Formats: sequence, structure tokens, C-alpha cells
Amino acid sequence: MNYIYDLHRTMMEQKLILVYEGDFTQETTKSILAMAERNLDSSAEESSTKRKVFNVMVEALQNIVKHSSEQGLKAGSLISKSAIFMISKTDSHYCVMTGNPIPKNHKEGLIDTLNLLNSKDKDGLKEMYKEIIKNSQISDKGGAGLGFVDMARKSGEKLEFLFAEMNEEYDFFCLKVNVPRDKE
Amino acid sequence: MDILNLEGAEDTPKIILDKKNGIFEISGRSLPEDSAEFYRPVLEWIEAYQASPNATTEFVFKLEYFNTASSKLILDVLSALEDVKGIKVIWCFHEDDEDMEEAGEEFSELVEIPFEFKTY
Repeated sequence: MNYIYDLHRTMMEQKLILVYEGDFTQETTKSILAMAERNLDSSAEESSTKRKVFNVMVEALQNIVKHSSEQGLKAGSLISKSAIFMISKTDSHYCVMTGNPIPKNHKEGLIDTLNLLNSKDKDGLKEMYKEIIKNSQISDKGGAGLGFVDMARKSGEKLEFLFAEMNEEYDFFCLKVNVPRDKE
Repeated sequence: MDILNLEGAEDTPKIILDKKNGIFEISGRSLPEDSAEFYRPVLEWIEAYQASPNATTEFVFKLEYFNTASSKLILDVLSALEDVKGIKVIWCFHEDDEDMEEAGEEFSELVEIPFEFKTY
């Protein structure tokens, strides 16, 4: 039973205020958002920071929902249910973090997309957003292809990412989006 | 013409499209699971309205938050409104919500419709 204390200690050390592991649906998205919002409200955070964190959370959660439904069909519930979502809060930042399995053949495209986003400044991201929204169609999964761009814009910092090896078919895609806390 | 009246929910906006009383408004939060499905009746309503619109139409957006999938559909709504004679968009945002102000500015650059910006 030591892992209970270990997990608690990890959460304290990493300053995690919310961790959710399990099945991701629109319903769980709404519940997580409601919980995180209560937390932000009770800590009297600046409203602009609150809005940005909320924004990033929605895109991050809906990304997982979309991908886990797709992966779930292909790989069964084991894959679809093994995603994680967490938020940490430090003096300077909120960090929205996600982890979910992706097929290895999606990895390269994802790396290219994220590196491209990280190479852009504020105006570059704005142009990209406008370009995509003008020309894209909503995919079968319901995405507009704008989620990462929007997260990068709301964050104002580089998107951090890492791929951990799961098995020969899947990697675990870890994403960390930092949102600076406004101090006035 | 029938009134389109959708009650808002925690993840969908409140929508009223009422030709007779001249009320055209989308407000609240928009992060539906399927944005294309959610906005379909709105787009259909506007398409029907294009045939015989009021002399002037002030279409109000008063959104607190929308996700990226909704932003694509909001652009579709605005594109449909381009074909309405006498159209004007009233883009409302909370006075300290710069992101919502900027979002409105970006939309105004993407369509040929006069925008008026208002804070609340």
C-alpha cells in the first residue's frame, strides 16, 4: 500500500492540483472542467489567466477524447482508457499536461506539427490560425485542426512534448502546455 | 418564419434567431462534442432567412468561451451571414477579455461584414 503515500508525495512535489486517469468522454471533460474551474475560482486567480487555462484544458481534453475514440475502435478499450490528464500550479505557471497512446506511424507528423508551432512567434501563430480556419474542414472526429495552434497561442510559451515507448505499435505521447500566471 | 430557440447548457451556447422580433443572438459557452451537428440548424435557419431578410439585421455574438471546433463553425455562420442584405455583426466581449476581442477582430478580417465591438 506504499504507493498511496508515494502517489500523494509525487503529487505534492510536482504541485499537481488535479489528476485524472481513465476513460475520456465529453461527459468526463465537463466534469474535469467544472472541478478545475472551482479550483481556479477559489484561488482568486486573475480572470485572464483563468480563461487561458480553461481554454487550454478544453483543447487538451477534447484532443484526447477524439484520439481515444479513434484508437479505441482500433485497439480495444485497453488503449482508449489509458490516457491521463493533469494540472499543476506553481508560483509562476499553470501547466496542463496530457498523456495518451498514439500509433508509432503518427509520431513523425505530430513532431513536425509541434516543431513548426514552436518555431512561430505570436504573429506567426495568428497567421497560421487564420490560414487553417479559412481552409480546413471539420474532420470526422470533429476537430478543426486548430487545437495545438490555439494551445500555443494561449500559452505564449513553447509546447513541451515527449514520446515514451509503450510497445512496438504505440508510443505514449506526453504534452505539457505552460500558462504563465498574470500578476498585477 | 419559425423561431430558432436553443437553451444554453454548460457546453453549448444559448441561441435565439427570431425574425419577427428582430432578435439574433448567440451567447454563452460553445464547446459541444460535435460542433458541426450542433450548428447545423443555425446554418439552415440563416440559409432560409437569406431569401427574405429584415431591412436590417443585427446579429449579436456574446460568447464567453468557444473551442476551436466551434470557431470553425462560427466562421461558417459568419460566411452564411455575408449573403444577408443589411447585415451587421455586434461582437460583445467582457471588458477585460482581450482574447475574445482579438477573436472578433480576426473573424472580422475573414468575412465581408461590418463588425461593431461592444464590451459588457
